[in-house]
Amino acid sequence: MAVIIDKNSKIIIQGFTGKMGTFHADEMIKYGSNVVGGVTPGKGGTKHLDRPVFNTVKAAVNETGATASILFVPPAFAADSAMEAADAGIKTCVAIVDGIPSHDMIKIKRYMRRYTKSGKMTLVGPNCAGIISPGKSMLGIMPGHIYKEGRVGIISRSGTLGYEAAQQLKNLNIGVSTSVGIGGDPINGSSFRDIIEKFETDEETDAILMIGEIGGPQEVAAGHFAKENMKKPVIAYIAGLTAPKGRVMGHAGAIVSAYGESAIEKVEILKECGITISKNPSVMGDTVKSVLDKN
Amino acid sequence: MDIHEYQAKKILSSFGVTIPRGGIVYSPENAENKAREIGGSKWVAKAQIHSGARGKAGGIIVCNSPLEVAQATDKLLGKKLVTNQTGPEGKIVNRIYIEEATDIEKELYLGLVFDRSSESIMIVASTEGGMSVEEISKEKPETIIRSKIEVAVGIQSFQARELAFGLGIEPALISRVSDTIIGCYKAFSELDATMVEVNPLVISKQKQILALDCKMSFDNNAMFRRSQVSELRDKTQEETKEVYASDRGLNYVSLDGNIGNIINGAGLAMASMDMIKLAGGSPANFLDVGGGATPEKIVKAFKLITMDDKVRVILVNIFAGINRCDWVAEGIVQALEKIEVKVPLVIRLAGTNVEKGNDILKKSKIKYIEAKTLEDAANKAVKALGK
Repeated sequence: MAVIIDKNSKIIIQGFTGKMGTFHADEMIKYGSNVVGGVTPGKGGTKHLDRPVFNTVKAAVNETGATASILFVPPAFAADSAMEAADAGIKTCVAIVDGIPSHDMIKIKRYMRRYTKSGKMTLVGPNCAGIISPGKSMLGIMPGHIYKEGRVGIISRSGTLGYEAAQQLKNLNIGVSTSVGIGGDPINGSSFRDIIEKFETDEETDAILMIGEIGGPQEVAAGHFAKENMKKPVIAYIAGLTAPKGRVMGHAGAIVSAYGESAIEKVEILKECGITISKNPSVMGDTVKSVLDKN
Repeated sequence: MDIHEYQAKKILSSFGVTIPRGGIVYSPENAENKAREIGGSKWVAKAQIHSGARGKAGGIIVCNSPLEVAQATDKLLGKKLVTNQTGPEGKIVNRIYIEEATDIEKELYLGLVFDRSSESIMIVASTEGGMSVEEISKEKPETIIRSKIEVAVGIQSFQARELAFGLGIEPALISRVSDTIIGCYKAFSELDATMVEVNPLVISKQKQILALDCKMSFDNNAMFRRSQVSELRDKTQEETKEVYASDRGLNYVSLDGNIGNIINGAGLAMASMDMIKLAGGSPANFLDVGGGATPEKIVKAFKLITMDDKVRVILVNIFAGINRCDWVAEGIVQALEKIEVKVPLVIRLAGTNVEKGNDILKKSKIKYIEAKTLEDAANKAVKALGK
């Protein structure tokens, strides 16, 4: 089985009947994801895309046995929906939505502390492209066809830069085991460190490409974790060498406000941790290839 | 979103933080009256701009009579203040805050920020008020004390007390300093702030605890539920093109270079800027039209980039996913029917239906340079500068 999701993962869509939810549910179904239904409060009992709609996540889980969910609800209601998913026993929840207040993200994470480590939901996002295990399942909004099946794990804060990497790998005939978009916000459900830890124990992954950017402590934390605990090679690219200090670069989390948060500092620290650096975004694929050829 | 000093003071004062008496004025006559209304014999006229370090830039003037207050106001109004935080173009002064002068005995630093590592609110305090927090951490790091606040339960009295004792406050004043810290925390957590800074927080000779200068920033993502805060936005303090962009749903940051960028996705946009730099060029802006890159957004992006006189080459780099390159190409063609672009244009499309997209561009009347990869695009953009 692939890391996080696999072919059998039963998926529900939160915000199923909305425009975004409908469009992307349809794309996921076409890709082969096992979408078993969805939730829109007040529309329970009806059908949408030939699948049942429920009023609550709990009802959806009870009826369908769903273990994964993806959120297409507006930012103001996203924290509520994520906590509802956790409470209903969902194991993996992807929050695509951009614009959740940071205070709400902290609230979600504190709420989830009530669960034991094994019982805790993996929250991915917000403001992300989601998860894809090529050929198996897609729990996200990425263009599925750019991902070739294979053995490289990708983790990226940025959606389109993650696509760029998958495309570069495909052009070199290298495939992807799972790609995880962790999102561009200051506070994420899952960090780089959380996901590389999962890749380290994943039998289907040989190497990991980590695509970071300016702002926040996450890349460095993952670097230290990799140095101490990992055997699989990690390759990294950090975007934002030319970004000015103190400005938000599109992603709410892409702002340099402390030491170790600029691209140059991150690259230096990651190198010291034994991570291979892709020197520019055009050679992410080539850098992964050279590492794979050596191993 | 940033707000002015006087707005931050008003907010903090509603949370129990004591501030010197003062008021906002828009004219010298207004200022003279305000000084008399406040009373006393010494005042400070403070230029309200979204920047720190105003004192060094001449934006803060101490006055000894209501007439001097009027003169200072006259001098500051309409002026562009350049500080180390505003960039060379400076920021316009439209409002002056008149405040009673304070007899300072001791200056302290108090700041609250999100700590992204522990995902909690971090309170930072120091006995070295008046300096920026960067200067304090460089020159007097031993004076900095920190406290992480668990947001689920909020700040506890003992945490505020520990900070106050840590600052060496005399016992009689501990509870008032604690109340100030608690007030700042409550303002931060109840109003979706991302930063509260009181620098300096002073102990006056009369043993009052006063917030002498305040800064607050807020989470843009939370403005839907903070209408009272969002009303405080002052667009005259923001760069014109950045206001134009944010009003149209584009993520834009103005930079010094001459290669204009139109890119989808923040990460890809930063990566493209990096490639331009590596190719020997310099980006004029950061611009993310959003992962979807809809034709409407592309039209708006071209309008925005062509407003910038510095731009001598435009680089379009779109990685089309669900939205398909043919659709993006049609958006570009539509945009260029409406907007005249006088500088060389480099376009790189990638992703879904890239061949169809490139075909549409080739068959159109657009004059452009086609690029295949990120690197190719950056190199061609830099080369086009020479033409």
